Amino acid sequence: MNVQKNKIALSERDVEKSVGQLLRFGVVTSSIIVLIGGILYLFSIGSQPRPDYDIFKGEQASLVTFKGIFMGIFTMNPMAIIQFGALLLIMTPIMRIIFSLTAFAIEKDRLYVIITLIVLSIILVSTFGGLNI
Amino acid sequence: MSILTFTLVLILGAYLAGLVGSLTGLGGGVVIIPLLTLVFHVDIRYAIGAALLASIANSSGAASAYIKEGITNIRLGMFLEIATTLGAVGGALIAVYTPTNTIAILFGAVLLFSAAMTLRKKNQNALNKGSRLAEILKLNGSYPTKEGKVEYKLANVTGGFSIMGLAGIMSGLLGIGSGALKVLAMDTTMKIPFKVSTTTSNFMIGVTAAASAVVYLQRGYMDPGIAFPVVLGVLGGAFTGAKLLTRIDASTLRIIFCIAITFIAIEMIYNGIQHKF
Repeated sequence: MNVQKNKIALSERDVEKSVGQLLRFGVVTSSIIVLIGGILYLFSIGSQPRPDYDIFKGEQASLVTFKGIFMGIFTMNPMAIIQFGALLLIMTPIMRIIFSLTAFAIEKDRLYVIITLIVLSIILVSTFGGLNI
Repeated sequence: MSILTFTLVLILGAYLAGLVGSLTGLGGGVVIIPLLTLVFHVDIRYAIGAALLASIANSSGAASAYIKEGITNIRLGMFLEIATTLGAVGGALIAVYTPTNTIAILFGAVLLFSAAMTLRKKNQNALNKGSRLAEILKLNGSYPTKEGKVEYKLANVTGGFSIMGLAGIMSGLLGIGSGALKVLAMDTTMKIPFKVSTTTSNFMIGVTAAASAVVYLQRGYMDPGIAFPVVLGVLGGAFTGAKLLTRIDASTLRIIFCIAITFIAIEMIYNGIQHKF
């Protein structure tokens, strides 16, 4: 009985550790991409005066859609590379939820599979629902 | 100011923001918005976009370190994220119809509240008898301390869940993590020991911010020239903060930060009333 209890506790701890590793991986990968884009950005226009951030103009179309950002990466546009890194950063917590969902499913924790699915659908509806992608 | 100078100064500022956000458990976003608007005179909408990214970076960076130590209650975080993500989506929708000066005043008010929350007496005690709902939802847990493993139980799950919804709305509206409201929900309402509530709050901030981040990206609030120094700076600060928190007693630092944050909050409210945003 005692041995079995330890086994369950161990597997839960493993899941938690993997979630931590996933978060770290997402953050490290996205920050490396942001750093690469940032260095290219500074080399290309670093000496120019600061853009007029005082007035809100919004971003150009190529930096606000998934399609625009992906197209920009292929032409090595530094701004698009930074934006892609930002997008990866946003995806990191979403990936964490998908990961937790799998972990709860393996543990056969039905209640938490449902709870996780609710959270995931709220985020996906907000991300893809009725928006111009 | 050239782009290069702007970037370097902003990296340094964002590093400090990440450090403060991590040590207080409030998230990097709350410091990034006044830094960008008051110091760099950046439009508050760009500041909100950058703050959302900062919140995600801050949360994910610090959370990965906390999880390693086994303090974070992942089930509790997941359950409460239903409330925060719903709130965040609603907040992002309301944001379009809210004037920027109103957002600045509201931000100042949340900041004042956050400072007060940080100074209040922390709940150190673990509850022995929790509510039935906490039992059903498997929210009770344990965490390691120097004196060994401490078991804790939760009270008033419904109340905590409702405050989390409000925290989500503020998060979606202002682009911040709403760490103070999250801690209020867990610490004061659900009676969770503060070490668990701060780390679980930090863990949840990333998901809450992600729920509204893509909406803001598509609205053009995220500028790469601001995002790049902010993300890298905040990450550096968050990692330093997470490491420091396990080694030092940050109570004196918290008081200093709170006094500073109070002044910043008053300036945000004042500028909002003067229609400077």
